[in-house]
Amino acid sequence: MLRVLFFGRFREELDCAELNLVFSENYTNLQGLQDALIAERGGQWLEVLAQENVIRAVNQEVATQNVALFDGDEIAFFPPVTGG
Amino acid sequence: MSQPLSVRVQAEDFDITLLQEQLLQGEAAEGAVATFTGYVRNNNENRNVHSLELEHYPGMTERSIQQILAQSAQRWPVMAAAVVHRVGKLKPGEQIVWVGVSSSHREAAFAACEFIMDYLKTRAPFWKKELSPEGEQWLDARTSDGERASRWEHD
Repeated sequence: MLRVLFFGRFREELDCAELNLVFSENYTNLQGLQDALIAERGGQWLEVLAQENVIRAVNQEVATQNVALFDGDEIAFFPPVTGG
Repeated sequence: MSQPLSVRVQAEDFDITLLQEQLLQGEAAEGAVATFTGYVRNNNENRNVHSLELEHYPGMTERSIQQILAQSAQRWPVMAAAVVHRVGKLKPGEQIVWVGVSSSHREAAFAACEFIMDYLKTRAPFWKKELSPEGEQWLDARTSDGERASRWEHD
């Protein structure tokens, strides 16, 4: 399984905090997962995940480039951070 | 050598006097403690702020702040460093974040404290939603915060 998390504005706009996906060949890398979520779900998912400022994290580390995904990984998509 | 580096993310308020005492190792080796306390402002871009709602990414937030503290301790002779950051609903005037750094001398304490705060602002996964008479809105990241953080990359 892949655990996919959404935070902040993205969580609200997608009305989704977490997805648990069966690991498949569509999800073997980060960009593939993002493209598949957009293609499979469309609508709001396209609006949110096709934006320029999407921060992506794999196993709680920010991924600035495409990386391979493995069964059991935790992936997160979120907007630029605004803490402090 | 590993310095005590402490990170807490919590809904509860905090006592800055107690936090500063806890930063000291008790052997009178510190010559300086620099601290920063952030508060919720009542006004943001001309909106009257009623409250802020802070969300975080449990696990990654703590881990990313821990990494920021470790970087500061590599860069300056830090004796101890700590961050407390609140989440949940906060009202104007409430404390939101505290950073404390101890060192032998002020230069490292000041610099590390500012570095930690600049990096926390741009790297630690927190998101603020503001409630004002104009309704609810998620705040956007500020370009100026990114610029402040990137200054540290050139030094």
